[in-house]
Amino acid sequence: MSPMTAQIAEKVEAAPRRRSIGEVVLTVDDLQTVFYTRAGMVRAVDRVSFALKAGETLAIVGESGCGKSITALSLLRLIPDPPGRIVGGKVVLEGTDLLSLSEPAMRKVRGNRVSMIFQEPMTSLNPVLTVGRQISQALMMHQGMSKAAAMERAVEMLRLVKVPEPAQRVKEYPHQLSGGMRQRVMIAMALSCNPRVLIADEPTTALDVTIQAQILDLILELQNQLGTAVILITHDLGVVAETAQRVIVMYAGRKVEEATVEELFARPLHPYTRGLMASIPRLGLMRNQTVETGRLQEIPGMVPPLFDLPAGCAYAPRCALADDRCRAEYPPFEEKRDAHWAACWHAGE
Amino acid sequence: MTTVDHSAELARAGANVTGWASRTLFLANRYPLGAFGAVIVILFVFAAIFADVITPVDPTSTNPAKSLMAPGGQALMGADFMGRDMYSRVVHGARISLAVGLGSTALGCLIGVIIGLASGYLLGWFDLLVQRVIDIMQALPLLVMALVMAASLGPSLENTIIAISIPLIPNVARVIRSNTLAIRELPYVEAARAQGMSEVRIAVFHVLPNTLAPLIVLATAQLGAAILTEASLSFLGLGIPEPHPSWGRMLSESAAEYVRTAPWLVIFPGLAISLVVFGTNLLGDAVRDLLDPRQRS
Amino acid sequence: MPVSEMQVAMSAPVVEVRDLKKHFPIRKGLLRRTVGNVFAVDGVSFSIQPGETLGLVGESGCGKTTVGRTVLRLVEPTGGSIMVRGEDITHLGKKALRPYRREMQIVFQDPFSSLNPRMRAGTIVGEPLKIHGIADGAERERMVARLFDRVGLRAQQMKNFPHEFSGGQRQRISIARALALNPKLIVADEPVSALDVSIQAQVINLMMDLQREEGLAYLFISHNLAVVEHISHRIAVMYLGRIVEYADKVTLFTRPQHPYTEALLSAVPVPDPALKRNKHMVEGDVPSPVRPPPGCHFHTRCPYAIDRCRVESPPLKDVGDGQLVACHLR
Repeated sequence: MSPMTAQIAEKVEAAPRRRSIGEVVLTVDDLQTVFYTRAGMVRAVDRVSFALKAGETLAIVGESGCGKSITALSLLRLIPDPPGRIVGGKVVLEGTDLLSLSEPAMRKVRGNRVSMIFQEPMTSLNPVLTVGRQISQALMMHQGMSKAAAMERAVEMLRLVKVPEPAQRVKEYPHQLSGGMRQRVMIAMALSCNPRVLIADEPTTALDVTIQAQILDLILELQNQLGTAVILITHDLGVVAETAQRVIVMYAGRKVEEATVEELFARPLHPYTRGLMASIPRLGLMRNQTVETGRLQEIPGMVPPLFDLPAGCAYAPRCALADDRCRAEYPPFEEKRDAHWAACWHAGE
Repeated sequence: MTTVDHSAELARAGANVTGWASRTLFLANRYPLGAFGAVIVILFVFAAIFADVITPVDPTSTNPAKSLMAPGGQALMGADFMGRDMYSRVVHGARISLAVGLGSTALGCLIGVIIGLASGYLLGWFDLLVQRVIDIMQALPLLVMALVMAASLGPSLENTIIAISIPLIPNVARVIRSNTLAIRELPYVEAARAQGMSEVRIAVFHVLPNTLAPLIVLATAQLGAAILTEASLSFLGLGIPEPHPSWGRMLSESAAEYVRTAPWLVIFPGLAISLVVFGTNLLGDAVRDLLDPRQRS
Repeated sequence: MPVSEMQVAMSAPVVEVRDLKKHFPIRKGLLRRTVGNVFAVDGVSFSIQPGETLGLVGESGCGKTTVGRTVLRLVEPTGGSIMVRGEDITHLGKKALRPYRREMQIVFQDPFSSLNPRMRAGTIVGEPLKIHGIADGAERERMVARLFDRVGLRAQQMKNFPHEFSGGQRQRISIARALALNPKLIVADEPVSALDVSIQAQVINLMMDLQREEGLAYLFISHNLAVVEHISHRIAVMYLGRIVEYADKVTLFTRPQHPYTEALLSAVPVPDPALKRNKHMVEGDVPSPVRPPPGCHFHTRCPYAIDRCRVESPPLKDVGDGQLVACHLR
């Protein structure tokens, strides 16, 4: 563990706890994932470090291309190679560095000790297998259960994720279920082996608002029951505020800010985080304004392509505070306030 | 078809935008396999055009003295049983093969595109009817169909082209129809409709250009297949009549009898067929990429 | 035109929709017999004034997109009427419809499939001018350049292909194309949903600027309540093909009257961890529009449902201040 990660872990300890948060289960240290493209080598994840404790929810936020999903896939070593490759760092799960495991050993980790749910519940399930078969497969593979026992457990899992009539549903195929039900099945599958870490990559983005609320509620409730650590990848600051304890903000492959949820929303330090928060319309914000006066704050320009990043801070071209130093030198990721880190020369100005 | 403008990308690459030579070089560098295919195809096209100039002997003139002569100084690719110069025959054969390949592919694609586009765009009873006819056409084996056509129309260059083009129509129509079905639902088509554009214009300007990529893939594959079909028909004596040199006929005449004693009679026409098919496939892939603006940057 | 007549024309709604219905038949078998209907839109009425934005919200499958398409006659209505400038366009033929097409345009959600990938941006934006024979050659070029400028793109970008633009820029091209004919109304179907958060604000601001400058009216279709609240003057909430609540923005967001609106508002995650609200969670999924429940469509998920709700469909009625609600309990 690098001094930085140790420091972060220590601070996490001091963070206010809302529920029983336990030992550190996962530490990511200086993770670097690159992609070899026609335009050259691209650093999709550039020296990302964080620690995750049992029972806590860590949100990774950012816009498309910021590296949040690649980070998640790197943890499970699911980066397609070629064109991608993890070129550095450590991913330590309860004492073992996952990056040094053999592929067969890694397969025993996936879906068992670390599992993942994806955005698209339509395509993440195999359309020709019953829901029961899909849930029981992982159990038979990882836990060595008999077919009958695994099927019984599948029914139990469906009951746990509040699918009505679970004994009936295990015999059904994915197309017979609604989007919300499919996502529940995905969660049941992911949690069936009682993993230490659950990675949820935009789990509710494809769902309707009322269904999204149900699913987020379910994830939190199960997390409380099972003590699973959750990494929540999302672009929605509302979802972050309602579900996470800690937040990492990523931009162009790097961590730009990290803090507890309360701290981040109360005192965002990085200009990008501030810009994001100001640019989203919020319910109720306009209530006392006429449409004519209300303008959203824009972040000018767009995210630079990863193969063409500026020399200094990647956000400098869009930043109102940027000066010559920002354009020349990448700011260090430093603790600017208690348990609040940011990579910015002008943090908090 | 729209002209392809590479100036922006050429400028980015630092190439001299004005000269056609540098432009060609740039493209060759970008699509090395396509360039290789283009060279093969161009060589054969030149051979077909200048066949009379570049061959020393009339391909139909017989010379008993040269009968079954091995390749060498007197005959570059040897001579056949009747002493006809193989080099001359292979070069002149390019004319027949390319005419049949290009002609039947163009004809089949043209008719197939019209039917497929109309079928996928109009839908309704017309589509149902066309689909059933196509089902029936596809149920018949291609070679047998071409055989029947050739037999009933009689062997000649034109009839061979028609016979080979007909089995192509259902393939093309089917591919174009399925693409049309997908594209007609896309928002940009709806936007054009919202602007008041007529359906015919939408079909021609918005739907058709976006079905080109699969069409080109299909067409290049079919070009090779057409040349092979011509070879098969001629092999069976139903294609190009004597004494015209067709690669397929050359193969059919010699394959059984002389493959051991005079293998050059089989090797050279066979090589020619393979090369042309290979070249058109490589070229086709590159052309498909070139016509797609998304592939160009 | 006499002054009095002009005033009438000014205050007439850009579009008025009455009891609009769209049922998609489900056909099966060899003879394509109709075995059922998808009740996508089932009796929807609203009007939009010049320069006004009507927000249409609801979850997937509620029929909001079909409403937008039907207003533009891109989908033929099964019943009801569509009035533009006081003229009934519901049954006009293709030719007769063309002048009305200039008045109403559309912007789509997906910035990638809404532009023909084989056409240059300038050609795409200039196409409506060509179709309606408004301008040619250099004149058209000049008009397109001006449109590019108005949506915040550079005229040099006219010769680029769609794939060379980012999602936000493509949406600007779509807006420029919609503006080319100087429409009075733009149907915007989830125009920012596919964009990154920081880009959404740019496009929303652009749309609001254009409204102010041109007096444009929008039918703004979205599932994102915060965005709808930001941009709309009035809002209609749809559930399974029907409008369940229809009110001006402030009323709807401060005093939602329909249980579904209430549930929808409380389900939206708020980006403020200090606000831990009591959620009115609704159970279950949206029922299928093929067999919508009898009575009030929402009764299967409504925590307050009474027997009457299960049999009798509640009409939209005024509960004061022009707020319309379709609920027996109000």
